[in-house]
Amino acid sequence: MFNFTIRRLIFTIPTLLFISFVIFFILDTAPNDPTGNLPLTIPPEVREKIRVSLGLDKPMFFRYLLWCQQFFINEPLNMIEQWFDITIGDGERLRVQSWATRSPVVDLVVERLPQTLWVVGMSYVVGILIAIPIGVISAYKQYSWFDQIGTFVSMLGFSVPTFFTGLLLIVIFSVQLQWFPSIYDTTLRVTDWDSFVLQVKQMIMPVMVLAFFNAAQISRFMRASMLDNLQQDYVRTARAKGLKEKTVVLVHVLRNSLIPVITVIALGVPQVFGGAIITEQIFKVNGLGQLLIIGIQGADIPLVQTLTFIFAVLIVLFNLIADILYGLLDPRIRYD
Amino acid sequence: MRLTHFMMAAAGASLLATTALAGSHEARGRDGHANIIYWQAASILNPYLSGGTKDIDASSMIIEPLAHYDENGNMVPTLVEEIPTVANGGVSEDLTSITWKLKEGLKWSDGSPVTSADVVFTGEYCMNPEGGCQQLAKFDDVTGIEALDDLTVKITFGKPKPFPYGPFVGASVPVIQAKQFENCVGAAAPTCTEQNFGPIGTGPFVVTEFRANDTISLAANENYREASKPAFATITFKGGGDAAAAARSVLETGEFDYAWNLQIAPEILAQMEAKGKGTVLSGFGPLVERLMVNLTDPDPALGDERATVKHPHPFLSDKAVRQALSMAIDRELLVEVGYGKAGKVTCNVLPSPEIYNSTANDSCKVQDIAGANALLDAAGWVRGSDGIREKDGVRLSILYQTSTNAVRQDFQALIKQWWGEIGVETELKNIDAAVFFGGDQSSPDTFQKFFADIEMYANTFDGTDPEAYMGNWACDKIPSPENAWLGSNMPRYCNPEYDAMVKEMAGTADINERARLAKAMNDMLMQDYVMIPLVHRGNVAAASNTLDGVKLNVWDSDLWNVADWSRK
Repeated sequence: MFNFTIRRLIFTIPTLLFISFVIFFILDTAPNDPTGNLPLTIPPEVREKIRVSLGLDKPMFFRYLLWCQQFFINEPLNMIEQWFDITIGDGERLRVQSWATRSPVVDLVVERLPQTLWVVGMSYVVGILIAIPIGVISAYKQYSWFDQIGTFVSMLGFSVPTFFTGLLLIVIFSVQLQWFPSIYDTTLRVTDWDSFVLQVKQMIMPVMVLAFFNAAQISRFMRASMLDNLQQDYVRTARAKGLKEKTVVLVHVLRNSLIPVITVIALGVPQVFGGAIITEQIFKVNGLGQLLIIGIQGADIPLVQTLTFIFAVLIVLFNLIADILYGLLDPRIRYD
Repeated sequence: MRLTHFMMAAAGASLLATTALAGSHEARGRDGHANIIYWQAASILNPYLSGGTKDIDASSMIIEPLAHYDENGNMVPTLVEEIPTVANGGVSEDLTSITWKLKEGLKWSDGSPVTSADVVFTGEYCMNPEGGCQQLAKFDDVTGIEALDDLTVKITFGKPKPFPYGPFVGASVPVIQAKQFENCVGAAAPTCTEQNFGPIGTGPFVVTEFRANDTISLAANENYREASKPAFATITFKGGGDAAAAARSVLETGEFDYAWNLQIAPEILAQMEAKGKGTVLSGFGPLVERLMVNLTDPDPALGDERATVKHPHPFLSDKAVRQALSMAIDRELLVEVGYGKAGKVTCNVLPSPEIYNSTANDSCKVQDIAGANALLDAAGWVRGSDGIREKDGVRLSILYQTSTNAVRQDFQALIKQWWGEIGVETELKNIDAAVFFGGDQSSPDTFQKFFADIEMYANTFDGTDPEAYMGNWACDKIPSPENAWLGSNMPRYCNPEYDAMVKEMAGTADINERARLAKAMNDMLMQDYVMIPLVHRGNVAAASNTLDGVKLNVWDSDLWNVADWSRK
């Protein structure tokens, strides 16, 4: 198992380097321009100077290597400096800078992580908490009215886009009832009961919209996996031994059915960090998803490059984690 | 709990006592908190590193220019005693220098005095060749900025400048503090994150927290020059989302007090306004949505000489065709469909300020399909079997491009239909705005390359002086491969008479004479039909009904008078 993990980790290095190059190449060849969104009152000659000041006059490969140096060497060194409060070398090194904000991209990411993790992460947790019981009951009482309704609702959650459910919730709860704010306040600090209530109020709508979507997906997996296991011989054996039905379902069947579901959940975790572009836009959560979309619109190449690469790292990493988890949970699977 | 209440009350009472002693019942910060929403979030608070309106507007609450424009387009002093003119001796007789005199006793928000050295520094900061300054055009022809004494600054130009109010006038060219930015000049400019996110200024507010592309928290500037202003103690400047959501947050839910640039369907805006929580404001600057007519041949077969002056356009070089295209358009309907209250019919490319607005072209206000058909018939363009006109084997078939935007696509569809009625075939194309307006040399889809027959977009100019704007259509501004497609003369119009007027305007100081020239240039462009104006577009914003003092200003930042805002 350990050897397997090490081997896989070593393999990820060339994979990630290749991914980073592909991302850079695609972004660079895309017909986009960082001065494209500036007002037309800025004359073309000035635009050309801006482009030069951003380093766009240099060849693409040179810019790629520069990014690699900034991201793989300068940023980690900078992080170590901050954590241990030391200075390595002269401490002066160029970090990956966003073109639009002229500030280090990594700082922007760190600034946005809290709200993304809170809202999107919470929605994932809520989604799982809703999905698992629904999946279990739907499978156990297959074709009952509960199962039928569950199927219908999850189809709905799956097929209705979040920009629709989001707007619907805003119209009902913000405009008509005026219960919750339609705009998320990222500067709110939870210091006492009142600010906690405010935080809960502003999180409810985006969290529920996303949780609905996530739950729909996961509950289907849960149901299918439960159905597979309920037919197995060991379930009959357990019943024949005289175990209580509750023990049979919740201990034996549920544990075994969770194995593939956990893999699915682990594979979905990178999405949490990737943020939810549409939902974040609708509720103005301004997390990582919104940062990415602004970067794309403004042709802020270093920002988009760094963000997409971080997502790529997370996806590769969580694939590995899912594989390892699978091995740990299921004794039949061994990698060595 | 009780104790804290008591202490709070005591603190409040003592605060009241001090303000009462100061003899002012209109204390700074009396109205608490206000919320502003810009659906495009601010990325940076240094206008020299970002030309985006959102960034300039946000920074205008913190840093200020020497003078700004009021809501009627008049220049008013901000940091100076008065506006220099030839009459008061502030502008030299030969129009090559301007001398500004700072108000006495001005302080930066950190308490240090504002001096002429700060102004000189700001000029050097922007004119540094390595800084990539986005407002460089404001410093055109400036040869020197010098401090005559602590409060006097003299700006010298390399040639006579009849309108010397480029540098330091308007929200896009504010004065920054020399002490704060001294290590941020040239190539180091973009690395000064802390300075760019929290400039020290003279404006009514200071930054307390800046979250890039998200939210700015601001507090009243304790050193602001007017003791009773601003009325708000704190402001939240939120960014993100879309225009409709921003409008909703002011007009329907009342969570926000002011929303900027609400380009949304007029009927939706009217519905929201009917809720009674806020008011929709509109104001008209010189922004005109227009069609640009390509006078050169964009045929791909021409290779490198495509869309250059070497090859005139096969049919758009015929003035009758251009005129017919203009006559076929129902501008009233376009305004109604696309802009409602935020648009007006115009027949000029220079409709504002009022003294420059010509009335010579008003016939375009009425659609005239029959007239357009007659004109084309007379010019020898006859309808073929499919109803499309042709002459000498040239078919009137147009590729019509614009940026991707719901209103623009509606306009394209309508105009295509009208042109169909006069026997002109139209193919529509829309391109993502960042690509269309971007200057990527490798992209064939930029508006400068103009590899199409007609293109549509809106353009305007900063401030109130149209000299540079009208200069856009001189021969030497034609984009071509030789100048890396850098140029603003999209129609590739070249007329020696026009160039002569551009030159004449550059040497004319008298405002009435300048107005006459600007009108004549506008009329020449309009009567040659090289540009077809469609809609005079306004700015639309929404303000809460509880907010007092908001004046929409199209000549400067939307937040130009935020110091005067208060709660009703």
